[in-house]
Amino acid sequence: MAERLKVHVDPDKCQGHARCNALAPELFELDEYGNAHETGDGSVPPGLEDKAWLAKSNCPEIAIDVIEE
Amino acid sequence: MSDVNQPAAHPPVTDWVHDFDHTDPQWTENPFPIWDELRAASPVVHTQRFLGCYLPTTYEAVREIANDTEHFSSRRIIVRDVRPEITSKNAAPPITSDPPVHKPAKQLLLPPFTPDAMKKLEPRVRAICNELIDDFIAEKSVDAAARYTKHIPVRAIAHMLGIPESDSELFINWIHMILELGITDESKLLQAVQEMSAYFSGHIEARKNKPTDDLISYLMNARDKDGNPLEDTHVLGSLRLLLIAGIDTTWSAIGSSLWHLAKTPADRERLIAEPGLIPTAVEELLRAYSPVTMAREVVKETTISGCPVKPGNMVLLSFPAANRDPKMFPDADKVVIDRRENRHAAFGLGIHRCVGSNLARMEMQVALEEWLKRIPDFRLDPAGTVTWSQGTVRGPRQLPFLLGKAM
Repeated sequence: MAERLKVHVDPDKCQGHARCNALAPELFELDEYGNAHETGDGSVPPGLEDKAWLAKSNCPEIAIDVIEE
Repeated sequence: MSDVNQPAAHPPVTDWVHDFDHTDPQWTENPFPIWDELRAASPVVHTQRFLGCYLPTTYEAVREIANDTEHFSSRRIIVRDVRPEITSKNAAPPITSDPPVHKPAKQLLLPPFTPDAMKKLEPRVRAICNELIDDFIAEKSVDAAARYTKHIPVRAIAHMLGIPESDSELFINWIHMILELGITDESKLLQAVQEMSAYFSGHIEARKNKPTDDLISYLMNARDKDGNPLEDTHVLGSLRLLLIAGIDTTWSAIGSSLWHLAKTPADRERLIAEPGLIPTAVEELLRAYSPVTMAREVVKETTISGCPVKPGNMVLLSFPAANRDPKMFPDADKVVIDRRENRHAAFGLGIHRCVGSNLARMEMQVALEEWLKRIPDFRLDPAGTVTWSQGTVRGPRQLPFLLGKAM
């Protein structure tokens, strides 16, 4: 059974590179300044786990956590 | 001007580890083996040139410095032979700002450059690319730097600012004076800054009577954190910054990308077959051929990756060298156009992340898409010479291609 994932963007680390939003628009949204936030409570719908890890591994500021629940 | 401002010839470098010089022709032509040599020697190296300057050689050392605004100031961001006096006239907020002034100045500029805002600009950029291609597609050979890559960013930013795209040559000349000639000849730098300020002052005055729907009016209508309009010098500084930062950089990035594709048929064919891979390839080309090297000034003594750094020295903050660090990127010296993990620092790290990164990415993607659609076959012209710009921004300034299938 696959584990449930949650994503979280640390707002103090995010500098608005917007890589997460480009790679996983379903999981990350951008505010008016272009800084990223997880969509909703950050729960990763089944099938998007790969995108969550991809977003994390492309964030230059290491601002994204993927939490396995 | 006095003799002090005359450009001094730099002696050729023979000892890179103790006497590096990013204006040396060897560095301009092929910096990659130099960075490898320096990285093997130390995470931070020093030169007496430029009145004293450090160079972090690893990704980690570059990250440490970029994130440390206490010991490293952005008040000077270009490593030169001289240290021009810091005044509000040559400041370009937010790139030359430190905390706490930096954040409000940066936030003013962010909304017009979000990915959504760039989507609205994309059709104009696509049209610019096609207009340029129309002009030379019937020819057998072309200098892609002079006829294509050079014009895309300058026209796009002119379009955003609301100034005539036909003034492009003027802007390109100022930028050459500031970023290249200005490293060794301060008079050229000052002249260009003066001319740019006069040019933009005219556009600001015109908008005071007749506001327009563009970035200049946006900045004039912006309010600072206390609700007051920005001073004209702040607006001017930001406009200068947008023009300088928005042109040479992306021109270089698009040029290096086309240069790579011209000499790498396998990558070219794959991107033509899988255009959906272009955004991923753009990230890898940004990593491998990052155009922009920034600078900081050491303002307080500290250590970086175990190396002492002392005030009074500049720091050449080489994002391009960081992006070639094999400890951070497996096969760092290879272009892997489908690289999955890519935390490259081409747009900087920390609070000074390039405000135009979304614009640059969009321009690169569109410029490559339109070129590959219309010119699937091209290669370096063996009769021509590729030349690279010197100093702060690295990219091809002459890019002679042969168009069409090889016979």
